[in-house]
Amino acid sequence: MLVPTSISATPNGTTRPQVRIVIVGHVDHGKSTLVGRLLHETGSLPEGKLEMLKAVSARRGMPFEWSFLLDALQTERDQGITIDTTQIRFRTGSRDIVLIDAPGHAEFLRNMITGASQADGALLIIDALEGVRDQTRRHGYLLHLLGVKQVAVVVNKMDRVDFSAARFAAISQEISAHLTALGVTPSAAIPISARDGDGVAERTPRIAWYHGATVVEALDALEPARPLEQLALRLPVQAIYKFDDRRILAGRIESGHLAAGDQIVVMPAGKVAKIKSVEGWPVTPINGSQTAGRSVGITLDRELFVERGDIVAHVGTSPRDTRRIRARIFWLHDKPLTTGASILIRLGTRETRAVVVAIKKAIDPGELSSVETTSIARNHVGEIDISLAQAVAADPYGDNPRTGRLVIEVNGRIAGGGLVLSVDAGQRAIPVDIVPVESALRPDERSARYRHHGAVVWLTGLPGSGKSTLARALERRLFGNGGSPVLLDGDTLRAGLNSDLGFSAADRSENIRRSM
Amino acid sequence: MHLLAPETSKDRSFWTEAPDGAAVHKFSPDQSSTQPSPTALLALAPSMDHLDALEAQSIYIFREAFARLKKLALLWSLGKDSNVMIWLARKAFFGHMPFPALHVDTGKKFPEMYAFRDRYGKEWQLDLRIEPCPPLETIDPTLPPAARSAARKTEGLKLALAKYGFDGLVAGIRRDEEATRAKERVFSPRGTEGGWDVRDQPPEFWDQFNASPPPGAHLRIHPILHWTEADIWAYTKRENIPIIPLYLANGGKRYRSLGDRDITNPVVSNAASIEEILIELDGTKVPERSGRALDHETEDAFERLRVAGYL
Repeated sequence: MLVPTSISATPNGTTRPQVRIVIVGHVDHGKSTLVGRLLHETGSLPEGKLEMLKAVSARRGMPFEWSFLLDALQTERDQGITIDTTQIRFRTGSRDIVLIDAPGHAEFLRNMITGASQADGALLIIDALEGVRDQTRRHGYLLHLLGVKQVAVVVNKMDRVDFSAARFAAISQEISAHLTALGVTPSAAIPISARDGDGVAERTPRIAWYHGATVVEALDALEPARPLEQLALRLPVQAIYKFDDRRILAGRIESGHLAAGDQIVVMPAGKVAKIKSVEGWPVTPINGSQTAGRSVGITLDRELFVERGDIVAHVGTSPRDTRRIRARIFWLHDKPLTTGASILIRLGTRETRAVVVAIKKAIDPGELSSVETTSIARNHVGEIDISLAQAVAADPYGDNPRTGRLVIEVNGRIAGGGLVLSVDAGQRAIPVDIVPVESALRPDERSARYRHHGAVVWLTGLPGSGKSTLARALERRLFGNGGSPVLLDGDTLRAGLNSDLGFSAADRSENIRRSM
Repeated sequence: MHLLAPETSKDRSFWTEAPDGAAVHKFSPDQSSTQPSPTALLALAPSMDHLDALEAQSIYIFREAFARLKKLALLWSLGKDSNVMIWLARKAFFGHMPFPALHVDTGKKFPEMYAFRDRYGKEWQLDLRIEPCPPLETIDPTLPPAARSAARKTEGLKLALAKYGFDGLVAGIRRDEEATRAKERVFSPRGTEGGWDVRDQPPEFWDQFNASPPPGAHLRIHPILHWTEADIWAYTKRENIPIIPLYLANGGKRYRSLGDRDITNPVVSNAASIEEILIELDGTKVPERSGRALDHETEDAFERLRVAGYL
């Protein structure tokens, strides 16, 4: 089910926080049953739906099961179009819950990691009779990997163990120890029978010994993610239009809001300006604040060099400019992603060439354990360091889910996607209107012309130790061998470019910086 | 209650009747007294409503297509969907449509459609390219009549592609129209023969699109893929987008979609205004949806779910 916005209106005029959850656990431990029961207990089913399903079961001569409800919703997700379409919604007392769901394991992992389906919280379900199984532990690891902080443990099928408080305590202690070791602290452990309803919405007499939250109460206590409009402004520029005398920067507000008069900064260059107007059609200009999700066009109070891929932000809350990103990615291409691979990165509307400089982790979702490797195979997950050919504006995913995610393209085709874990911030302190111009020539073109690669040989030593003599001999030798050497002598520089510098520590330091 | 029924009703309120008799209908903005006060609206509405969200997404797609492809054209069938598309393009490009509108003409459209094309092609300042389809005699005679007729359009489109060398064609298909369209991408690569390989579609997510068609191939761009029939009508109403009057009931019948005269039939309907069309669609949509959940297909679907090892 598509969820168009992160906030839904209610009849009393308030907005209810939306919380996205996943239910994980061993395949037979009762997830579908719990979902069916939750839909019923929270009054989220259409009128007559339950009765109809019961009638169908009776007609087919099979006992009704709560999991049928979830299965009946399968038609909704049969489309299988994009990654983020499989969602089921219900309401608790104060929350809109979006249950993220997927038909298979690989898809599930991909859904969870794509952020469109990023979970705010999770229920980890365990069969009271079977206890903690390998798959349970793996799912605990998955929650750790994905950074899901709010986890409630649900011990299901308590009816099979006669609602034994001791059995419940043993299981919850075992899983809590496992999760805590992974850095995930469960917020609750709840004994339930999803089939009969105990512990789901109420503490029934059969679990009279339990005094904690029910499943519905635990869901109601989950902290929602901040809505996009409450985050800092991010307007990735799609294009600059000059159809008439207006010069319009067009793009979609990914987060935050903007209005005419706002002081903005264009990243990564760091150029500042003021929004002169918000343009529209057929009515223009558009007054008032424009919020996340809107496709807008703005004009600025001065002519700046702005291009597709830049991000417009507010001064003081801008994204960082970086050439190096660590990302958690999932890989979809037949050919594994390897260290040193040349890739194309798309982040917002920016595209840039990049190189994978390191693979920090590679995880097979079937095993959910980290493997020592220098490559990430199809449908596997990993953490990589990426070096970018040009500076980009980006946010860590935790700060902004929209400008903190990227896709990787190989041969013109999307081959993977990932979340930005961290960015190495650039050095720039003050916004300036400087646009470095890249050479029109590639290094390999120069190498082909000169028939050798570039190199810098730096001779260091005490004064009078023969550096200049050696350097001149080396220059002559290289030239004689067909090379194209250039000699940069310290004293020559001091006589020219660096003639304004003395020999104080600061000036010496500056002398070296300029020479480099 | 919202589990199976996305709340679209708020987009369908407060409309006036359409004026009758005009060759082309235009709807004036509503000044009806049933409209709640602005403050009440503010309290109810989130910052964007359903139609706003659809519109913003479509504009985003248009701008991506225009930025990333060299030679775009929009396929204008003159129907309600492609008229909404042109409207969205003009929103995206601030009143302009910076690429041609291509009408692949079978020559068998309704007179009202040609009148509409001639009027709004000028009024909207479109770079209109009308391309004829090859005659029926040139098409494989073993095809059944409707398929043979459709094949004319496909051939006409191929000729237009060869003539102009477009690398992107904007088309107004929607996922809710039919099952195969549900599997479409927003940016959908076509082979050199225009074919679509449904099993080898590149991944598309986070509004990042694959926009590098292989040499000789082109892309289909689908800016309203995520809209429904009801969305189209609600938006047409809200934005006062002109429509061909054949969509409205006349003598107990109306056209739900418009194509060639000989292979398009009206449906029984008394919906004489867009508001009434929306009510009609709402009435037919609900049983369709709830029925689907219980039909035979559904029972198969959930067995497949289990076989697939539902997590």
